[in-house]
Amino acid sequence: MDRIATSRARRWQGGARTAAPLGIAVALFGVAFGVLAQEAGLGPLPTLAMSLTTFAGSAQLAAVAVVDAGGGLAAAVGAAALLNSRYLPMGIAVAPVAEGGPLARVLGAQLMIDESWALAHTREGLDWWRLLGAGGVLYLAWALGTAAGLLAGQALADPAALGLDAAFPALFLGLLWPWLRRRRTAVVAALAGGIALVLTPVLPEGLPLLAAATVALLGLRGAR
Amino acid sequence: MTTAWVLVVIVGVVTVALKGAGPLLLGGRSLPAPVESVLALLAPAMLAALLVIQTVTSEGAVVLDARLAGVGAAAVALALRAPLVVAVLLAAVVAAAVRALGM
Repeated sequence: MDRIATSRARRWQGGARTAAPLGIAVALFGVAFGVLAQEAGLGPLPTLAMSLTTFAGSAQLAAVAVVDAGGGLAAAVGAAALLNSRYLPMGIAVAPVAEGGPLARVLGAQLMIDESWALAHTREGLDWWRLLGAGGVLYLAWALGTAAGLLAGQALADPAALGLDAAFPALFLGLLWPWLRRRRTAVVAALAGGIALVLTPVLPEGLPLLAAATVALLGLRGAR
Repeated sequence: MTTAWVLVVIVGVVTVALKGAGPLLLGGRSLPAPVESVLALLAPAMLAALLVIQTVTSEGAVVLDARLAGVGAAAVALALRAPLVVAVLLAAVVAAAVRALGM
C-alpha cells in the first residue's frame, strides 16, 4: 500500500474506532425507530428502506410521527426537510475536503449525521476519511437497530430508560469543549446555544438549528 | 405505490440532496476565504445548538429532566479532564439513575 492509502486507512479506522462506543446508543435508537414505525403502520420493508436511504434519526422519527398523527404526506415531508436542512451548511463545510468523483462524494456525504460530522473534526479541521469511518459504523448500527426493532419490537429496551438520550448531548459537549477555551469560538457557541433555546418553543423543529448555524456568519467579521 | 413507499422515497430524495449538495457542487475545491472563515465557526455553533436542544428541549418545548443531570455530570468529568468516552458513559449512567429514582 502506498503512503496515501495507508494514511486514508488510518484516518478511516480512527473515525470508526471513535464512533464504535456510540454505535450501541445509535443502534438502540434504531430499535426505537423500528418499533415506532411499525406502530405507525409504515410496514417493515419501507421502514428498513427509510433507515438505509435517509439515515437521519430525528427526521425519520418526525416524518413517521406526523403520518401516524394523521398529518398527511406533505406535512411529514416538510417536517423531515426542515429537520434535515442543517445538512446543507454542514455539507458545504465538508465539501472542500471531500475526495473522489461526484458519485463517491454524494454517497460519502450520506454518511454524514450530527455525530459523524462532529467526530470528523480534528485539530486540522474536517477529515473526509474520519467522516466515512465514523459514519459507516453508525450507519451499520442504525440499520441493524432498525431491523432489530422490526423483529423484536417492544421486547428490547427503551433507550431513555438507559439514559442514552443524555449520551448524545454529552458527546456534543465533549466535542465542543476545546472550542470553549478560545474566546471567539466560545462566544459563537454561547450565541448559537442561546438562539436554539429561545427559538425552540416558537419555531417548527429543525429551524432553530438552522438559525443557530447562522451565528457562524460572525466569521465574516474580523476574519483572517 | 402505497403512501408508505411514497413517504420513504420523497424523504430519502430530499435528504440525499441536502446532504450531497455541498460535496457534489463544491467538492474538492477550496472555497473563497470569507466562506472558509464562516465555515470554520460552523462546528462550535452547531455543537452548541445540538447540545442545548438535546439537553433541555423536547418536541418544541423547554423540558428539564434527567438529561440535564447526565450532561451536568459529563461537564464535571470533562472539567476533570476525563476522556470523552467516560464523560458520555457517565451522562447515560447518571440520567438512567435519576430516572430510575423517579426524580
